[in-house]
Amino acid sequence: MTPFTRLVREPIDPTALLRAVANPANGAVLLFLGVVREVNDGRAVTGIEYSAYESMAARELANIAAEASERFGTPGVAIEHRLGELALEEASVAIVVAHPRRDGAYAASRWMIEELKRRVPIWKLEHYADGTREWVDPTRVAAASVT
Amino acid sequence: MSVTVLLFASYADALGTSRLSVDVADGATVSDVLGRLRERAGARELPPKPLVAVNEQYAGTDQALRSGDTLAIIPPVAGG
Repeated sequence: MTPFTRLVREPIDPTALLRAVANPANGAVLLFLGVVREVNDGRAVTGIEYSAYESMAARELANIAAEASERFGTPGVAIEHRLGELALEEASVAIVVAHPRRDGAYAASRWMIEELKRRVPIWKLEHYADGTREWVDPTRVAAASVT
Repeated sequence: MSVTVLLFASYADALGTSRLSVDVADGATVSDVLGRLRERAGARELPPKPLVAVNEQYAGTDQALRSGDTLAIIPPVAGG
């Protein structure tokens, strides 16, 4: 089994990802979902539009999964990130780790989401209840308005 | 020589395009191309040292470019 990663435009199916990593060697299977939250920086969010430098983002996701597989000693790794328009409560990212032990599964999952947030070229345009939209910039408090 | 520049998200909005071709002298670096971009309207949105990738690999601003390279100017990433 090799790590499974992809960018998708349709809703993420967590059960398909869980099946992709299934292996009797594993005693722990962990699913992380990042979902669209209704408030960010005190503003009411109605949805998020995700975009990416798709070819590079796909490559970075694959790199992260391969590195995690090596680093934490399990081939049972899957990452799926969604692009396009997402509504509240929809999953933007799913990370699945299957590992012989729970400690390894938790460590690998945490490492992958932090790496993803650090280096995968994906951006989000938040839509707010007041009709405005802004690109989210994790490096500063106030992002530029694009209304 | 000519290099392809890709802009995304807030940078694409600011400069009004997501893809352009820039002609620079042979041996030009990422910094040289950034200098050319700064001549364009809307370039104030670009920070002094933006994150960049050359041919889909993160790179430093002093990296030398070759003809046909693709230089992506990458706004702060916000995946997840």
